Amino acid sequence: MSAPAPSLFTPAAKAMAATLGLKMGRANLDEFAATLEELAKANPNIVAVTSDSRGSGKLAPFGKALPKQLVEVGIAEQNLVGITAGLAACGKKSFAVSPGCFLTARSLEQIKNDVCYSDVPAVLIGISSGVSYGALGTTHHSLHDLAVLRAINNLTILVPADNFETRQAIRFAAQATKPVFVRFGKAAMYNLHQPETTFEVGRAITLREGNDVAFIATGETVVHALLAAGTLAERGVSCRVLSMPTIKPLDKEAILKAGRECRAVVTAEEHMVHGGLGEACAAVLLQGGVGKPFRIVGIPDEETVPGAQADIFRHYGISMEGLSETALNLLP
Amino acid sequence: MARPALSDRELALKAVRLRQQTLTAIYDAGAGHTGGGLSCLDILNVLYNRILNVSPETAGSPARDRYVQSKGHSVEALYAVLADRGFFPEADLKTICHYQSHYVGHPTRHIPGIEMNTGALGHGLPICIGMALAGKMDAAAYRVFTLLGDGELAEGSNWEAAMAAGHYNLDNLTVIIDHNTLQISGHTRDVMSNEPLDEKWRAFGWAVKVVDGHDYAALTEALSQPAETGKPTCVIANTTKGKGVTFMENVAKWHHGVPSDAELKQALAELDVAAAPLKESV
Repeated sequence: MSAPAPSLFTPAAKAMAATLGLKMGRANLDEFAATLEELAKANPNIVAVTSDSRGSGKLAPFGKALPKQLVEVGIAEQNLVGITAGLAACGKKSFAVSPGCFLTARSLEQIKNDVCYSDVPAVLIGISSGVSYGALGTTHHSLHDLAVLRAINNLTILVPADNFETRQAIRFAAQATKPVFVRFGKAAMYNLHQPETTFEVGRAITLREGNDVAFIATGETVVHALLAAGTLAERGVSCRVLSMPTIKPLDKEAILKAGRECRAVVTAEEHMVHGGLGEACAAVLLQGGVGKPFRIVGIPDEETVPGAQADIFRHYGISMEGLSETALNLLP
Repeated sequence: MARPALSDRELALKAVRLRQQTLTAIYDAGAGHTGGGLSCLDILNVLYNRILNVSPETAGSPARDRYVQSKGHSVEALYAVLADRGFFPEADLKTICHYQSHYVGHPTRHIPGIEMNTGALGHGLPICIGMALAGKMDAAAYRVFTLLGDGELAEGSNWEAAMAAGHYNLDNLTVIIDHNTLQISGHTRDVMSNEPLDEKWRAFGWAVKVVDGHDYAALTEALSQPAETGKPTCVIANTTKGKGVTFMENVAKWHHGVPSDAELKQALAELDVAAAPLKESV
């Protein structure tokens, strides 16, 4: 029997989630697979393309239900993206599904040229991104993907936080006429949104209002920011929490508003601190003339500490406790 | 295609003019890929005048054949052929590589008749596999073609794709290799040897034909239909880099050499001489 993976949430964090009324959902990876299968059953033009990744992409049921809509290319990510682009150029709604680490590094030139520059409506799905593969080591981490993809023209970049955002991101991608990249993890996620929440690409979602600290977070770090806001509220610090499911195009308006209305800004992402959400926010704030105390929480520019995803998150302060401490230290 | 068939001699005469346009375009642009453009020109001439079911009028038709030029650097020859087929005015050739002209030094979809943006090597074949798979899924009759340089075959992505095409029995897919045996640094055999090409492609599940890449009848025969049901076709076209201009032939420096005033004049004159007997007999 192998030891269970350490939890992303400490007992205190779990207690805060309960206080905030958050319910645990399924992994965003599972939500993706279910959504894609549902969409593909209704639209025979949808094709999933895998690089020996149908198991890791949770697409085995998809492959069984819709064998003619799944193309297996073997362990060949360059070919994966080239084929996906060719399918899209001939009218297919093609989804390349592969671990984010390989998809966005091994086949970066195919993403740049075959998909974005050629402007075909292909979808790139980076599964188990960030440090989802934790202890498998740096080969399996994608901490560069947002940085490199932000520097490529003509790509919408989506990083959903929970099951709702994942479902909406995949639905958007399925009808997009331009290239889209979506990345998410494989750990079970709390559901963060109310039923009435609307999801719009290019728009931040305000999860909590507040004026002391603005947490601007993306993907599966959003929950930790929300829990930190709960903890800080108990200490009399009012926090705004913005979920940023769209990294590109970025919701500059929401970032500037948060910067102007709050006393400090903390960003959080499962990505290296270079080139991701944090630096993007810094550029928006600085160019918008907003100079508030500011911290980027993410993975620093060093060889990532060995450990499971939860260990890595805690090590670098991507946790309720870590984000609370960062925010308190930042407040003037 | 309801267009009148061109005889071999008519194609040869057209090729002379296309070579002159290619050279003039490179001269006007002050940049370009001369040797490879001339080596693949007869292949393009046959494709666009005898094989491909494409036309300016049906450029958006889902039923059209797809041609992706993986060796994107030989774009000037492709531009000349597309202009000749009426995809855009020949006057546009004067704008290649100019400020704000979409006629950049590698193919882009901004140009009518061009299917995909290429130029980085080793990209065309994977894309064409996606196109061929889409055709199979839709039970469409279109065929998919790509042109690869022989130096380009060092890119590993070609072999990922070659494996997949064989695996999926893509007999609607044809690869043409412009086998001119030279690349930017010299002979391909010295830079990175890739022979025997025919055996390599056969081993990956392809039906292989080896032809003279300047012989219209042989190219037409090889490209008219898939070589074998259930297998992708690889046509290894043996060509001469710089073909048609004696001082450019088989000289690696003409890979991306731009002719001077005098060199252009000399090249155009040599091609005029080659055209004379063809004109008399058309």
